[in-house]
Amino acid sequence: MTNLILNIDPGTIDWSRAQFALTAIYHWLFVPLTLGLAVIMGIAETIYYKKRTDFWKKTTQFWQRLFGVNFAMGVATGIILEFEFGTNWSNYSWFVGDIFGAPLAIEGIVAFFMESTFVAVMFFGWKKVSAGFHLASTWLTGLGATISAWWILVANAWMQYPVGCTFNPDTMRNEMTSFMEVALSPFAIDKFCHTVISSWIIGAVFVIAVSCWYLLKRRHVCMAVQSIRIAVIVGLTAALGAAVTGHKSGQTVAQVQPMKLAAMEALYNGGNEMDLTMIAWINPFEQPNYTKEEEPPMKLALPYGLSMMATNTLDGYVPGINNLLNGYIKADGTVEPSADEKIARGRLAIQALSDYRKAKAEGADEETTTAYLSTLNENYQYFGYGYVMDKRDLVPSIPINFWAFRTMVGLGCLFILFFGLVIILIFDIPFVSLLFRRLLSAIGLLPETASDRTTAAEAMPRWLCWSAIIMVPLAYIASESGWLLAEFGRQPWTIQDMLPTWVAVSELQSSSVMITFFLFLILFTTMLAVEISILLKQIKKGPEL
Amino acid sequence: MTYTFLQHYWCFIVSLLGALLVFLLFVQGANSIIFSLGKTNQERRLLINSTGRKWEFTFTTLVTFGGAFFASFPLFYSTSFGGAYWLWMLILFSFVLQAVSYEFQNKLGNFLGPKTFQCCLVLNGIVGPLLLGGAVATFFEGSNFIVEKSNLIDTGAITPIISRWANASHGLDALLNPWILVFGLAVLFLARTLGILYIRNNVNDANILTRSRYQLAGSATVFVVLFVTYLVHLLLKDGFAYNDSGTIFMEPNKYLNNAVDMWYLTLVLLIGVVLVLYGIMTDYLSDSRKGIWFAGIGTVLTVAPLLLLSAWNHTAYYPSTADLQSSLTLENSCSSYFTLNTMFWVSLLVPFVLAYIFYAWRKIDSKKIDQTEIAEDDHAY
Repeated sequence: MTNLILNIDPGTIDWSRAQFALTAIYHWLFVPLTLGLAVIMGIAETIYYKKRTDFWKKTTQFWQRLFGVNFAMGVATGIILEFEFGTNWSNYSWFVGDIFGAPLAIEGIVAFFMESTFVAVMFFGWKKVSAGFHLASTWLTGLGATISAWWILVANAWMQYPVGCTFNPDTMRNEMTSFMEVALSPFAIDKFCHTVISSWIIGAVFVIAVSCWYLLKRRHVCMAVQSIRIAVIVGLTAALGAAVTGHKSGQTVAQVQPMKLAAMEALYNGGNEMDLTMIAWINPFEQPNYTKEEEPPMKLALPYGLSMMATNTLDGYVPGINNLLNGYIKADGTVEPSADEKIARGRLAIQALSDYRKAKAEGADEETTTAYLSTLNENYQYFGYGYVMDKRDLVPSIPINFWAFRTMVGLGCLFILFFGLVIILIFDIPFVSLLFRRLLSAIGLLPETASDRTTAAEAMPRWLCWSAIIMVPLAYIASESGWLLAEFGRQPWTIQDMLPTWVAVSELQSSSVMITFFLFLILFTTMLAVEISILLKQIKKGPEL
Repeated sequence: MTYTFLQHYWCFIVSLLGALLVFLLFVQGANSIIFSLGKTNQERRLLINSTGRKWEFTFTTLVTFGGAFFASFPLFYSTSFGGAYWLWMLILFSFVLQAVSYEFQNKLGNFLGPKTFQCCLVLNGIVGPLLLGGAVATFFEGSNFIVEKSNLIDTGAITPIISRWANASHGLDALLNPWILVFGLAVLFLARTLGILYIRNNVNDANILTRSRYQLAGSATVFVVLFVTYLVHLLLKDGFAYNDSGTIFMEPNKYLNNAVDMWYLTLVLLIGVVLVLYGIMTDYLSDSRKGIWFAGIGTVLTVAPLLLLSAWNHTAYYPSTADLQSSLTLENSCSSYFTLNTMFWVSLLVPFVLAYIFYAWRKIDSKKIDQTEIAEDDHAY
């Protein structure tokens, strides 16, 4: 087996990973804003459809103009990702293409065409189609984008939790056995709900920030206030929804990717009644020595929190990194093998597969081939471990996972507070709004003149407007942190327990992938700079009210 | 449904998507000549806004074509994309540039200037059809790759990678084959011809209409010459065939034999060619501006059977010139019965999708684009 591993240029693996990460991170700068803005401009246009006032039409068109600039970048960066599975991960494409290709094809047929057809009507159809047809087109554009996200997340969830498939030793690949298990796996449902709902937060924060800038400049005040009112309802609903779905996602991860959970918690040694780490000192640039350290220094933890999160009980058992490497007894009494045993059984599976194919090619009798198949099937669940040379490779980056998780959750809590405060101030909620205004006024965060409020615009203090603007980069950091956790937490696997990254790549010179990496970096960065410049100019110009 | 039926069915669906993609390359074709067809900034803006309302269809069809290929023939996806890395990367880079060029070029804040993005549209207009055409030509001419599935588990293998390119150029070597270039150029000039016909149908501008007629004659002539040249070469060349045991061998005049054996495909192809020529001639010789509909339908009817000739009737559709037995056939590269069968039911949505695209397209195109509309449209590119 050693030869197999050494014959792949390590540079190719690293650059291929870096390129996929780069293109995915860029793509995800644009997709959540598309998903979030689609909801908000859909609501704005629905109000226009009901009221038929020029104000709501112009408000809708303004947000659609910003949507258009962002949408183009999402499309441009998205095409690369689909084809990169073939260009940079060719072994992967064959090994699981029978399962993985289907969601991508369905996405194209069902979602992309819907999105691209109706986005054209949305942009160019104002004077050409009826108001009802236009409204339907706006919602269908958002629906298309959301359905597209569904199928992409189904594909990604399958990489985290491969279900509904079986290995075929004759074709040397995994083949789908249940479409419903793939399309409706619990991991996919959690992932879709959490990802899409959290994308609405970005849309809401963006709209509130732009509107707050108008409030600061005292321009387009009416549009700004009305837009904030729509966005903050969407935002608060999404932030609370993201917390609920995030908790559910955490439980699923605990069940199917315990190493990811251990890494994101920096949990070296597990046990019962485990605490949830709120904060601890993990050097961001160095993998901690988890075999020697008991636990990270300066740890502040919520008692029983991790057991509760992972098992829904206060005393539930949660394995740590060392337990996962050395083996442990699960709550149901079964033994989870050690990494060494899994590696040995993985090699046994690979050897049995090799022997089976050799025997079949030589025309061996059925008894012989059945025996090899039997060995393969008994050990196939550890097939991917057979390619692992050092069990330390099975531990993902603890610093990245630890800090990404805390950044995502911490900012998520901040968004709930932010949206909660904005909703109290922008709407006149009986008793509550007055109480908060007077409290803020008493501590000097709201001018005295605004404590009894005359208009909604005056109820938004300047510091809150500036905070809203600062929230925009924070929302993106939270969203990207979620993806860093999802993808780094799965390492070293391309497909969990089945295919490590170093066996999934294409045979390319590392220099080729390095060149395309930098070409993408330059191209996408330039395009991003142009997009931001255009967005800022469009915002400065404002709606044509 | 038998496994063989599903393999052929999915080959048909992928070919149909490929044919629709070639038709929709009229967007690229028109973009490749924006500087010669539009002499002023206003005229160029009119042209760009005309194709700008359709570019998403081309883009989406390309993505769906890729997705359908991945789902139905994953070994092709693995071998071609992973092997011909540079060829596909160049195609993708050009399409990335195109995707933002419309939205960005005339917006306030575009610090690169409109001309930069217009040049990107021209670049994609030339590179996209030329290289996509070249990639399609490899279905007949062959590519330089080796496939060995046991590499994944064979300790004596040079590499654990299943598919690998047999030289270091990773796809660029295809451009050294003159016949691949001839076919690529034929697709480029077909795209230009279709682009001119589309502009004539979609734009109301006397200067552009006059100019486009002259350009139509030039592009169509070059296209017809290149296409007929390649077609003759194809019918006379040896092809990549395989027998019932899956052994691949060279068969003299394989594609001519396919054209005879599958006469119904040849008939459709000929009808397609006649429609393309009729579409061109009707716009060139009369005041009609409906040529794009005939030429567009004709293109689909020509390209789909052409692609099927490369794969049906025991033909290796992605032949290897490095190792004949590595060539990909419908049987050795397709997905499992379960996946093809599941995807069959999904594919029944395609007519519904085509119907709403047609409906929305008609709504948007109910009035021809002119310079007044562009000036009044907030979202004009």
